[in-house]
Amino acid sequence: MQKLELHSVIKKFGDSTVCNGINLNVEQGQMVCLIGASGAGKSTLLRCINLLEPIEDGEIFLDGEDISLPGLNPQNVRSKIGMVFQSFNLFPHMTAFENAILAPKRTSKLSKTQLKSEIEILFERFDLAERMHNYPDQLSGGQQQRVAIVRALAMKPEVMLFDEITSALDPQLVGEVLDVLLQLKKQGMTMVLATHEMQFARQAADKICFLKDGKIVEEGSATKIFNHPKQAETKAFLARALK
Amino acid sequence: MKNDKAAGMTRREQYEQQQRRRSLIIAAISTIFVIVAIVIFVPMTPGWEKVQKSFFNGTVLAKTFPKLLDAFTVNIMIFAWSAPAIAVLGLMIALARDAKSPALFPLRIFGAAFTDIFRGVPVILTVYLIGFGIPGLGLPRPWNSPFIWGSLALILTYSAYVAEIFRAGIDSVHPSQRSAALSLGLSERQVMRDVILPQAVRNVVPSQMNMLIALQKDVSLLSFIGPVEIFRQAGVYKSLFANFTPYVGAAIIFLIVTIPATRYADYLMARQMRERR
Repeated sequence: MQKLELHSVIKKFGDSTVCNGINLNVEQGQMVCLIGASGAGKSTLLRCINLLEPIEDGEIFLDGEDISLPGLNPQNVRSKIGMVFQSFNLFPHMTAFENAILAPKRTSKLSKTQLKSEIEILFERFDLAERMHNYPDQLSGGQQQRVAIVRALAMKPEVMLFDEITSALDPQLVGEVLDVLLQLKKQGMTMVLATHEMQFARQAADKICFLKDGKIVEEGSATKIFNHPKQAETKAFLARALK
Repeated sequence: MKNDKAAGMTRREQYEQQQRRRSLIIAAISTIFVIVAIVIFVPMTPGWEKVQKSFFNGTVLAKTFPKLLDAFTVNIMIFAWSAPAIAVLGLMIALARDAKSPALFPLRIFGAAFTDIFRGVPVILTVYLIGFGIPGLGLPRPWNSPFIWGSLALILTYSAYVAEIFRAGIDSVHPSQRSAALSLGLSERQVMRDVILPQAVRNVVPSQMNMLIALQKDVSLLSFIGPVEIFRQAGVYKSLFANFTPYVGAAIIFLIVTIPATRYADYLMARQMRERR
C-alpha cells in the first residue's frame, strides 16, 4: 500500500483549472520532488494534499484512507501531514519555541513538561537550541525556515510537504535548509517537495514529477528525468532550468 | 576644500547642516511673526475687552477650577466603566460578524445590524433615546439612573466603531498566517484565538487609542440627560457668575488629559508605520 496516493485530482480556481487530473503515488519514506515552471500547479497540489484547498474531483488517500471526502474534519488529517511554506509563515508574536509548542499544546494529551522536553530536543537536533527563545524577526531567513520545519515536526507528522521552502532565501542560506531535508530523509520521513532547486532534486529525490499546466507530464527517477527525459516539454524545461 | 577637512565633515554632511540651519531660522522667524500678529491684532478688535472679561476672567477661573476638577471625576468614572465594556462588546461584535458556521447566521445578521444602526445615529440621539426612553419604562431606583442608561448609550455606539476597527485588524493579518496555523492541525477557533487575534489586536492599538480619546470627550454628552459632570458643572457656574470662563476651564482640563493621550497614540502609530516598512 502506498503512503500517499492521488487519483485524478482536479482543482479549479474559478474558470482556470490548476490541477487537471493528477495521479501520484508516494511510498513510505520516499522523497518526491515536483518540478516545473511557476504556475504549473505544484504549490496548489501541496495545498490540496493538506486540505487547505478543497478539490473539485478525484481522491486523495493517506494510508489507503480517503482523506478528500467532502465534509471530513480536516484537523486530524492535517496533524498527520506537516507543511512548510515558501514565506516561512512563523507567528511573529511568539518566540520560536512558542511557535513550535502551540499546536501540540492544543491537540496533544501529553503533559506540558513532556511536550516541552520533546520540543527542546527537536530544537537541539536541528541546531537551533540557542535561538529557541528568539522572536522570528530576530532570526535569519535560514533560521526562520528551520524553525518552521521544527514547528511542523513538533506535531509528529507522517508526511511532510515542502512548498518551495528555499525560494525566499538568500543563496548562502539555502544550504542549511536543504541539509535539514537530507537529515529528515535519512530518518525515513515521507516527503513531497515543490522545488526549483534542480541540483538538490537530482541528488536527493527518489522520484521526480515534472508538472506543466496542471498535469504531470513525466515522472521517474532522477536519472531518468534529468539524463533521459522522453517528453519534449520536459526537455525544454530542463534545458532552461539547468542552464 | 580646506573647510571640509577642518570641519571633519563630508560634503553631504556639510550641505545638510546648512539646510538644517536654514529651515530652523525660517521656522523661527515665521513663528515669531504669527505670534506677534496675534498679540497685537486680536486686542485691537472692538469686542476684545468684553471677550477677555467673559471668557478669560482670572478670578472666576480661580474660583471655579477646583470644583470643575471635582466634577471631572464623574467623567473619569463613566469613562472607566464604559471603556472595558466597549472593548469586550466591540470584540464580540467583530467576531460575530466573521462567524462562519450557519448556526451562527443570526449572530452575523445581528452584528451587521448593530454596527449599521449605532454608527448611523448621532451619539447625542442615542444618548437621548436610551437615556430618557428606558427610565421612562418606570423602572424602580436605582435602575432608572441616567448614569446606567447614558453609559449604555455610549457603550453601544462606541462598540459599533470599535468592532469595525477590530474587524479591519483581523483582515490585516495575512492569510498565510491562517494557512500555516491550519496546516498544524489547529481548529478554526484556535487559529483565531491563538494566531489571528493577538496580531489583529496589536495592529489596531493606535486606532483604538483614538477611540478612547473620543470617548473621553463624548462622556460630556451625558450631561444632557442628567449627570453633573464637568460640562454641566461649568454650565452651572456660567449662570452663577454670568461668565463663560468656566467653559474655558473645562476645556483646559480636557486638554490636560487628551493632549498627552493623542501624542502617545500618534507615537504608537508612527512606530507601527516604521515597523511595517
